[in-house]
Amino acid sequence: MPQVSLTVNGKPHSVEVEGRTLLVELLREKLRLTGTHVGCDTSQCGACVVHVDGESVKSCTMLAVQAEGADVTTIEGLASADGTLHPMQEAFREYHALQCGFCTPGMVMSAIDLVMKHPEGLDEKQIREGLEGNLCRCTGYHNIVKAIAAAAEVMHGRRTELAQAAE
Amino acid sequence: MNVVTPFEGIGASVRRKEDLRFLSGRGRYTADIDRPGQAHAYILRSPHPHAAIRGIDATAARAMPGVAAVFTGADMAAGKVGGLPCGWGVKNKDGSPMAEPPHPVLAVDRVRHVGDPVAVVVAATRAQARDAAEAIVVDYAPLPAVATIEEALRPGAPAVHDEVAGNLCFDWHLGDKAVTDAAFAKADRVVTFELVNNRLIPNAMEPRAAIGDYDPSADEHTLYTTSQNPHVIRLLMGAFVLGIPESRLRVVAPDVGGGFGSKIYHYAEEAIVTWAAARLERPVKWVADRTESFVSDAHGRDHVTRAELALDGEGNFLGLRVATRANMGAYLSTFAPSIPTYLYGTLLAGVYRTPAIYVEVKAVFTHTVPVDAYRGAGRPEATYLLERLVDVAAAETGIDRIALRRRNLVSQFPHQTPVALEYDSGNHAATLEAALRAADWDGFESRRAEAKARGKLRGIGVSTYLEACGLAPSHLAGQLGARAGLYEVGTIRFHPTGSVTVLTGSHSHGQGHETTFAQLVADRFGLPVSQVEVVHGDTGKIPFGMGTYGSRSLAVGGNAMAMAMDKIVAKGRRIAAHLLEAAVEDVEFEGGKFRVAGTDREKTIGEIAMAAYVPHNYPLAEIEPGLEETAFYDPKNFTYPGGCHVCEVEIDPETGHVQVVNFTAADDFGRVINPMVVEGQVHGGVAQGVGQALLEACVYDADGQLLTGSIMDYNLPRAEDLPSLSLSHHDTPCLTNPLGVKGCGEAGAIGSPPAVINAVVDALRERGVRHVEMPATPARIWGIIHGGGPKGAPAIAAA
Repeated sequence: MPQVSLTVNGKPHSVEVEGRTLLVELLREKLRLTGTHVGCDTSQCGACVVHVDGESVKSCTMLAVQAEGADVTTIEGLASADGTLHPMQEAFREYHALQCGFCTPGMVMSAIDLVMKHPEGLDEKQIREGLEGNLCRCTGYHNIVKAIAAAAEVMHGRRTELAQAAE
Repeated sequence: MNVVTPFEGIGASVRRKEDLRFLSGRGRYTADIDRPGQAHAYILRSPHPHAAIRGIDATAARAMPGVAAVFTGADMAAGKVGGLPCGWGVKNKDGSPMAEPPHPVLAVDRVRHVGDPVAVVVAATRAQARDAAEAIVVDYAPLPAVATIEEALRPGAPAVHDEVAGNLCFDWHLGDKAVTDAAFAKADRVVTFELVNNRLIPNAMEPRAAIGDYDPSADEHTLYTTSQNPHVIRLLMGAFVLGIPESRLRVVAPDVGGGFGSKIYHYAEEAIVTWAAARLERPVKWVADRTESFVSDAHGRDHVTRAELALDGEGNFLGLRVATRANMGAYLSTFAPSIPTYLYGTLLAGVYRTPAIYVEVKAVFTHTVPVDAYRGAGRPEATYLLERLVDVAAAETGIDRIALRRRNLVSQFPHQTPVALEYDSGNHAATLEAALRAADWDGFESRRAEAKARGKLRGIGVSTYLEACGLAPSHLAGQLGARAGLYEVGTIRFHPTGSVTVLTGSHSHGQGHETTFAQLVADRFGLPVSQVEVVHGDTGKIPFGMGTYGSRSLAVGGNAMAMAMDKIVAKGRRIAAHLLEAAVEDVEFEGGKFRVAGTDREKTIGEIAMAAYVPHNYPLAEIEPGLEETAFYDPKNFTYPGGCHVCEVEIDPETGHVQVVNFTAADDFGRVINPMVVEGQVHGGVAQGVGQALLEACVYDADGQLLTGSIMDYNLPRAEDLPSLSLSHHDTPCLTNPLGVKGCGEAGAIGSPPAVINAVVDALRERGVRHVEMPATPARIWGIIHGGGPKGAPAIAAA
């Protein structure tokens, strides 16, 4: 069986996989990083989004062997070592942008990538369009959009506090 | 020292306790659980809507790598596995029972819908199980199938069950036909209307999953499952399917990724993994693919209805006659018969004083996935019918649609409807006015003109809704056919050092109970919510429970907790009286403190808890040690949330695309515990309602093949399909439960679809459009505008 060597959340791993093993299966089943979820089988829902070399990727749509040498970040790797949440995680909590929590890891990972790609800022329409690859069935997206707008302000250093950043 | 935390009590938007684990990837959903030595199950499903099984050859599959076993329906029958039970019996008009054909866990000699489970492969890995399933040879003899209500009711139609004549499950009615006919006889005007309530596929983001685990030393079975009601699953599966006493069966529903009704029911896969795990003495795990969810999760809605509204010359509603045909699918899902009957017919008065109502419902078997409750369950169907009918009546009588509603609103409480319900409270005029004001209804025509200048057709629609939730008074539900009680159970357990564990039979799968229920306790005892842990979803920990559906968690489960807290306070007063050397009658309780009236002598609840567990100075002859109380709360009545939704849409006539540009809701949910959580529930409900109105349609072809079998084909709302929502409240407390709460989980999905379609029709009215069926897809709208399609015909147009 093929061997894959990759870095996940800063830790090096070398894992034996089948040729057909998906990256999400490697993360969930081999590394027991179950925060990355599988919500569909047609690359539509985005619950499995992780960062591969800094880009958001649907980990259900990438073979594990394609991640050879890659630097992968999952939801488990976002908070600081002292437990401080990433501003996007903090904003999701502050703005009640999650209910059942199942789409949340993928939504947060996509949102971070979206914000990082728009240092100039994002309006509501851009955020809604930017979430095209992620489905949420609980929140109606209302609070997700607010949370991302607020987190963007903090991530780009325009504000230090989340409160009212979305107004 | 008592910590007073006023901002964490009732009415505070406390940030959720559960969020930290979900945001850091530490949620624990069923698929995240691995049991030592577990094997994986893959379920082989019928590709045919209807076929006889002439034989199953699993020889090759059994020899495949990693395969532990292959089981078929015959194996389960030989193992004395029963069929999946139905939890609600409905009677026909003549009093005879409904048709209730068997629902085998694995099909035996016949498959009745695409996705009907035929065999299960258990193997070391999921991939091996799937590979082996492909090696099973099933000898099917395909048979003609019926997918739609019309086809199923046609004389000579293929029978879904040989023993069910005409595919008719039941022919039910409610209301006084003679009185209603008399009301029509004196009417000045009768408005007649036909419409379809489109079939939906719930699509909670977490696919269903189940793990069976058997401990041979204790002869104990454990099922981990994606369920909204683990105790109900334990009861149904233990008693009716597998014959396991509840004392030896534990059902755990850990973090569950959304339900919306689809995870209420007892599903075949739960019985399969529990049974196979015992048989193999090895844990067996099954996780659905999304594609599998489409053909195995219960679907929702699917009604065809003809309705008539009788009005007098001034626009007063005199009577309503409704004839509905409802699709049950191939088998009766757990609560299916109750949805188009007691959760639908009883809601046909809505917010109106209509004095005479008669409804008849034919429920029909078809070769499709079983249909059961989906967010709102019967109430969205009733509300959609009423609110479209009122708009059509307004258009045909020339009465303004708001004026027609105002004229007929229920305004006196209690109000007895002609369809069994008694409304205790509400202020429908207030929510109507609040929504109209917030939506700037009066300023709409200028926005319409502005849109027209841009080449867009703009419309505005309103819906005034009411729902019955907080299921349910057990004696009443029993009279109506429920085969279970519908109370809820709550335990309040004070620990010696003053922290609290709450055990609830309700289940949270996104609703935030770990926070809002903690707020209830924090409020009563003056504790910070961080000191209150809410435990749910495990029959091994929680005394009993009926689970979460029908917006019942707070209205029933919360009131059970309130009763248990009353008992804690009562016992605490006696303990405090002893410690303070006062008479019990002189001890009052407020803000977490027991005080001798008129003095400053007091004990905190924490001191009382310590005394109860370390009873050195304690009246042991009169009171038991410990401070833990359990209550079963059975509601006196349903609760009746209501409100008004206003939707504004813009249609692009070039493409037929409908965009919701404004959405306003003004709701009455009774007393609100956590406004942030309540608004989140409305946001999600409205999104699902907009999805039903504009995007979502479950489509079967004429032969019974599911055409919308993936998220590529079934259109779920995405962020750009929705606007930000404008919400407000006008709350009137519920008068029939101690907390005064009503329930908010389903309201958004109930009120919104007619508001959207009323707006779409309003936008198209100048083109002579009377009705547009859901979903109002671009194809359907373009056809209406450009003459390429039928105006409001019930056929489903693919998007």
